[in-house]
Amino acid sequence: MGEFAADRHVKYILSVEKRKDDFESVVMEHLRLNGAYWGLTTLDLLGKLDAVDADEVISWIMQCQHESGGFGGNIGHDPHILYTLSAVQVLALFDKLNVLDVNKVASYISSLQNEDGSFSGDMWGEVDTRFSYIAICCISILQRLDSINVERAVNYIVSCKNVDGGFGCTPGGESHAGQIFCCVGALAITGSLHHVDKDLLGWWLCERQVKSGGLNGRPEKLPDVCYSWWVLSSLTMIDRVDWIDGQKLVKFILECQDTENGGISDRPDDAVDIYHTYFGVAGLSLLEFPGVKAIDPAYALPVDVVNRIFFGR
Amino acid sequence: MHGRPRKAPKPEDSAALAAKSQKLRSLQSQFLSFHHGCTYSKEALETSAKLLEINPENYTAWNYRKLAVEHNVNECGTDPDSIKSIFDEELRVVENALRQNFKSYGAWHHRKWVLSKGHSSMNRELMLLDVFQKLDSRNFHAWNYRRFVTTLMNRSLEDELKYTENMIEINFSNYSAWHNRSILLSKQLKEKDKGLSFQDVLSKEYNFVRDALFTDPDDQSGWFYHLWLLEQTIQCEAPLLLSSWPANGADLIISGNGCIHAATGLLSGLPIDLKRFPLILYFNQSVEGIDSSTVNVEAEIYSNKDLTWKPLSPRNSCTSRVWVAYTDLSGIDLSSLSPQRIRVRLGHCAGIMSSNGFHLNKPVNIEYSIAGKYIEIEPSERQENEIFSWTDDDSYNSGELDESSPIALYMQAVEDNHEAAASGWHIDIVTEEINHFRDLLTIADCKIGKLTLARLLIARDGMISPLRNKMAHSEEVLDLYRDLIKLDPPHSKFYKDQSSLVLLQQLISSRKALLKYCFSYKGFKSSQSVDSLVCLRLNNLSLSRVGSFEKLLWVQFLDLSDNELHSIEGLEALQLLSCLNLRNNKIASFSALEPLRSLKSLRALNISYNEIGSHPVDTRRYLFTSPISHSGDISWKRDEDLPDGVSMENYWEAFIVFKDLDLVQMDIAGNPVADEKFQSFLVKISPALKWLDGQNLH
Repeated sequence: MGEFAADRHVKYILSVEKRKDDFESVVMEHLRLNGAYWGLTTLDLLGKLDAVDADEVISWIMQCQHESGGFGGNIGHDPHILYTLSAVQVLALFDKLNVLDVNKVASYISSLQNEDGSFSGDMWGEVDTRFSYIAICCISILQRLDSINVERAVNYIVSCKNVDGGFGCTPGGESHAGQIFCCVGALAITGSLHHVDKDLLGWWLCERQVKSGGLNGRPEKLPDVCYSWWVLSSLTMIDRVDWIDGQKLVKFILECQDTENGGISDRPDDAVDIYHTYFGVAGLSLLEFPGVKAIDPAYALPVDVVNRIFFGR
Repeated sequence: MHGRPRKAPKPEDSAALAAKSQKLRSLQSQFLSFHHGCTYSKEALETSAKLLEINPENYTAWNYRKLAVEHNVNECGTDPDSIKSIFDEELRVVENALRQNFKSYGAWHHRKWVLSKGHSSMNRELMLLDVFQKLDSRNFHAWNYRRFVTTLMNRSLEDELKYTENMIEINFSNYSAWHNRSILLSKQLKEKDKGLSFQDVLSKEYNFVRDALFTDPDDQSGWFYHLWLLEQTIQCEAPLLLSSWPANGADLIISGNGCIHAATGLLSGLPIDLKRFPLILYFNQSVEGIDSSTVNVEAEIYSNKDLTWKPLSPRNSCTSRVWVAYTDLSGIDLSSLSPQRIRVRLGHCAGIMSSNGFHLNKPVNIEYSIAGKYIEIEPSERQENEIFSWTDDDSYNSGELDESSPIALYMQAVEDNHEAAASGWHIDIVTEEINHFRDLLTIADCKIGKLTLARLLIARDGMISPLRNKMAHSEEVLDLYRDLIKLDPPHSKFYKDQSSLVLLQQLISSRKALLKYCFSYKGFKSSQSVDSLVCLRLNNLSLSRVGSFEKLLWVQFLDLSDNELHSIEGLEALQLLSCLNLRNNKIASFSALEPLRSLKSLRALNISYNEIGSHPVDTRRYLFTSPISHSGDISWKRDEDLPDGVSMENYWEAFIVFKDLDLVQMDIAGNPVADEKFQSFLVKISPALKWLDGQNLH
């Protein structure tokens, strides 16, 4: 079994946080808030969240918020539901949800719900079940699930269920592990998993494991570390996680590490990035790898953070 | 982010990259200042177009362009040509961006936004889609866009079905095309009035997918499609009532303390809660519409109107396979009650429907009788003061349970009600498929062949006699799963779970088979020879999964020890369950015990030697009623519900499971969580508890 280079990954994440001017960072400037979530959650899973200056991060995050209550991906960027969730998740990590005007954020989210129960990403109306998950997850962390129409939201998600048991981005959309995570997560948070055919979906999901031990996102595709999260968390939520070979997957994730410079890539020997580093570590967490804190498969936050929100002090 | 090789940047490259990133940064800042300044001039638009060509993921730039369009359209009044050219420019920008990244969400949405405005021609769109299909036939953005465009253009279902057929013929491995076909076909099947028979459509599809499967058995694309066809074939009929409690033809005698007897002696032996005497209906599919208007219960001792039917499996859905209504017999003087005939009727009026839309329209009548019994000796009172010994094999005696024992007679009454199912086209189709797959397996020893054959055999057994559920092919199916475990080790737990279900079905499929697992318990010192408590012992069978319990609704004593269970889903149907042994299994959390919350008659529970407390990740967390999943009827008030000095922190799941049960006896040793702290917590929240891990608490 390969070695898990936790310290190197921590160093890598901290270095990315400081890097703002290389091409990679500039191209992804507009989604820096997502990057913050990926990096900081990974640090927390590895027990090193205190390595960053929480106040600095929080003050930057709050500068991304607009009048409407929604957050943009970076300062100056338009508000969107994607970055609003990341903002709320990062604040939850730091146990600083109290800096938010919860009503404002809740009303931004609820304003994005459509008649049919679906959610738009922003005022321009793109509809996708990713946004259903994001809305439900975000509003649930804020403990304001009552601000949206849960029944319609659930019905819309169910309308995106396919004959293979999976879910797509809109009704009729092909099943894809990322969308499946979003739909299963949303149904999990709203106590609606009885809408999922767990045996049918479980089989589709477990067949994502290919010979190398890695997981792909849909049939006939290449394995990718990020599916260690999308597929694994879905399997965990429906209690079918032992239908894949966990040890082989651990081996695959470890092979995707850059053990020298830190970070994890999509496939062995590819370039690393924060996104795959997070998903690799999150996958190891779900596989109960020693030294990694447990992560909640629906909220995608450490279990102790979720417990703190719902059973708090 | 994806698929770039890992290599250290060379110095020359670093300099070039730094310049590139400076250029992009200044372009992005320039754009942002135009955006914040609401500047929509030609120059500003050019900047955003250049930006999107390099970085189509910059979502704010797409937003800006929409604002610019709205602004500029306003400016040019009503001239249709100017308006059209504004939108055409947007389409051009999108095409450029898609060339850079044909998976850009922002680009595709912008195109949809433009087309929805109605000022653009649709002519190019299908052609554009053909280009993208050739570049990547699995691009789901393109397929989504195709659905959007064909809806706008009102293209017929038949034309689109033909398109998927063409795509599949070009490449069998096009899962996206198969998926699209399934969507179109589902729509077509729903339009039943179009004169298409279900049977014709399914037959054609079976032939179509078999070509794909047999050409390359390792290609997954056909697998899931074939499984869908099989499910459609199985579920194309009206729902059936598999069993009920009490069963049709049963003659029950209930003593004042709640013990249920059959005509000659105790049925099972332990008292149940008379305030909640259950009526259970168990269907072969999930149904909805069970209420006191669709299920008519005629009884003198209680009123049909007062019955509230609730779904059991699952609990918080409006459709369920198992439904229960509780009747209150506590107010009746059972010592002198003469036999009361009770009749349960369903299917006499519309309303009960499966989730596939098929109605239960054949009337079903269940008739049973309840009589009271006067008991001089109250065996159960003494039994409640005695500990139930789980592991003492001498206490169990199977010799007495032969064909003439009360339990056997009861099961006989249950079995005799079952009519054989009619034959039909769906059975013929499955039989034909079985032959095809048997042929395939002689040529190719392949995984999908074996798995599909196993599924087909199970389906056929289920169709031939759904009520008897005699499994003619169970041995062959179990062999196939054994082969699959060898052929495909990473998925062995999946095959193991399927085997467990088949094995269990096999074990309980006939009265004779079932009796082998029924034992009479003689462990109570105070019991009389006539009081034989019947225990169903399904221990040590390597069961990793338990399935349908429709034949076991009478069970009050269940021993599932020494198996490999991590879930007990389905047990909620056993409403009469009083003693449950889950010792030495793989239960990993308290949340896995959720089904027990519905078992109001449960008094003795053994969960010793499981794995509660050794797993940081709880895989049953979202299948459990709790605030985290916003489910259920718990009024959660943190520490207010707890006795003084007890901490909720690590035990909230246990609190939810045990607080509403009246357990008298519990065994929890051998679980990492079961330290002294937990033991005292458990004692505090279970006021009725008398024995913990064999120790008398008083």
